[in-house]
Amino acid sequence: MPRIEKTIVVRTKLGLHARPAAMFVQVANKYTSTVVIRKGAEEVNGKSIMGILMIGADYGSELTMIVEGDDAEKMFAELEAYLAKED
Amino acid sequence: MPKKTKTEVVLKGIPAAPGIAIGSAFLMDQQDFIVPERAIADEEIVVEIARFDEAISDTRAEIQEIKEKIAAQVGAIDAQIFDAHLLVLEDCMLIDEVKNRIKADKYSAECIFSRVLKHYVDVFKKIQDDYIKERSADVEDVGRRILKHLMGETRIHDFEQLSGEIIIVAHDISPSDAVTMYNKKIMGFVTDIGGRTAHTAIIAKSLGVPAVLGLKDATLRISNQDNIIIDGRKGVVLINPSEATAALYAREKAKIAAYEGSFESVQDVPSETQDGRRIVLTANFEMDGEIPAVKKYRAEGIGLYRTEFFYMNRLDLPTEEEQYRAYRKIAEAMAPNSVVIRTLDLGGDKFISSIQLPKEMTPFLGSRAIRLCLEEPEIFRTQLRAILRASVHGNVCMMYPMIAGPGELRAANSILKGVKERLREKGMPFNENMPVGVMIEVPSAAMTADLLAKECNFFSIGTNDLIQYTLAVDRANEKMAQFYEPGHPAVLRLIRRTISAAHDANIKVSVCGEMASDPTLAVILLGLGLDSFSMSPSSIPVIKRALRRIRFSDAQDLARQALRLSTGQEVEEFMVTELTRLVPDMYSYNGEVQ
Repeated sequence: MPRIEKTIVVRTKLGLHARPAAMFVQVANKYTSTVVIRKGAEEVNGKSIMGILMIGADYGSELTMIVEGDDAEKMFAELEAYLAKED
Repeated sequence: MPKKTKTEVVLKGIPAAPGIAIGSAFLMDQQDFIVPERAIADEEIVVEIARFDEAISDTRAEIQEIKEKIAAQVGAIDAQIFDAHLLVLEDCMLIDEVKNRIKADKYSAECIFSRVLKHYVDVFKKIQDDYIKERSADVEDVGRRILKHLMGETRIHDFEQLSGEIIIVAHDISPSDAVTMYNKKIMGFVTDIGGRTAHTAIIAKSLGVPAVLGLKDATLRISNQDNIIIDGRKGVVLINPSEATAALYAREKAKIAAYEGSFESVQDVPSETQDGRRIVLTANFEMDGEIPAVKKYRAEGIGLYRTEFFYMNRLDLPTEEEQYRAYRKIAEAMAPNSVVIRTLDLGGDKFISSIQLPKEMTPFLGSRAIRLCLEEPEIFRTQLRAILRASVHGNVCMMYPMIAGPGELRAANSILKGVKERLREKGMPFNENMPVGVMIEVPSAAMTADLLAKECNFFSIGTNDLIQYTLAVDRANEKMAQFYEPGHPAVLRLIRRTISAAHDANIKVSVCGEMASDPTLAVILLGLGLDSFSMSPSSIPVIKRALRRIRFSDAQDLARQALRLSTGQEVEEFMVTELTRLVPDMYSYNGEVQ
């Protein structure tokens, strides 16, 4: 099963707290692959709004995103693009 | 964010309890529930997980429905908030954690869920971020909905947090919630569903506060802490009233207080008609907190003691000893006047945690009241023993609810006979001649009143159910409110039949439904020959005042004429016209608000 692991920097202005967190989860839930977000020692399910909010990722923070599953590539690409958007 | 300018909004609903209240809205559905700790056995784990899944799917359907309603009424943008709610609801981390902990910790689904939820909310509240703070409110909101579905009819709100002068705004108020509301400073009630005979209306009348029910979407239009005015006579709710409106209602409220002050003049005079017919006015009663009101309004006894409230808000059944003490207390407080204890009336819309009833398609036609007691004779026997033992401490009478004919009456009496024999064997004192009555609330009971009268000591007509069953109108369904006609010829004929069958057999008849507390309808009942009325204590002076202004012979005349009319509306119109003609100050209060 394809697995992608990569460290990325959050570029969305409000970090992953604000509405972007909800958008991120909605995007993630379109795919069948799993996504884990690691920040420091914490790891949460990227399809969970609760998880994402608990991790509290600010603008500019570094996250490791681990995507695993049949549609991993497409999913990773869309999530990465989403986090890179400076809107 | 700047505060939105609030404009006055007027909503129209069903006037269910009179009076005017001015206060701050308290949205009950946004308050927390009391979640009992309940450990489960291994084999219950699957059941609890299935219940949790079901609650999630019911909550999803509920949120979808609200979302569509808001989108249609207000606009798609406002409905987006519910997308966030759906996201929380479907959150895999939350769901997995709850399921794993049900398996590991072995507690009920609601117990585990409320713990997990609290953990998230606590964490969110500590984060310095407005968006997340907002999300924590969403999480709490969704959580309450899930808990509501998990706990069903047995849920109880945590009213300990109530303070200030508040008006309760709720989709509906369950009987178990209603119980917890006594002794709180509640100024009035507003609900989305329910009509004149809903429990909310009964509670409001017993607290002496107004209620406007059946507003359909009041909970969506009123926000927590909005200033609201409710006019229980007209069925009007005003949200964020202007200063002028508020002043108008404040004056109105003062006038009503003055009118009610005039009731004090009838407090210590007998309830009798102009031509000297004595009518016994008794109180409907539920719990200790009401004794002061019963005394204050000079009730001549308790005509209906609703015992099911005693069984609510707890996980176990009340013991014989506990019930005995409660019944004895009220019997002693009321002596030498009588206390009519109604045996358990559960089922229909009243459920308790300690008796698990199978879900029925039409619970009001199902295993309810006496039927349930006959199915669960041990629960019934416990209550009968407690009532019999209390019978030596005052003037205690007992009656069975929902008797459909002599068959049930005999079945219940044979259990009673057995209980008496056991008490005799044990040497426990009780009143061998404790009067046993039948509630006439099913049309078949009214039709067989002559047969029932031979086998019991008195009748009490429960008009709320009698109307519901005679007219096939669900009294909790606000869409049916227009068909719920107390003055309907069929209802009046059944009442007349019941009264004459009772008098032929030389037994007394009382009425303990809402009809007894409406002065217009009470005059018809008087004219039909009723011996006593039982009602919420605060209605006693209203009825006494009306009875003292009329002659019995006139009431008989009016009742005869009313019985020749064809519809409930015609009956009410005829009565109001005639009563106003005969007694100009019958309805002396004329408000300024039209």
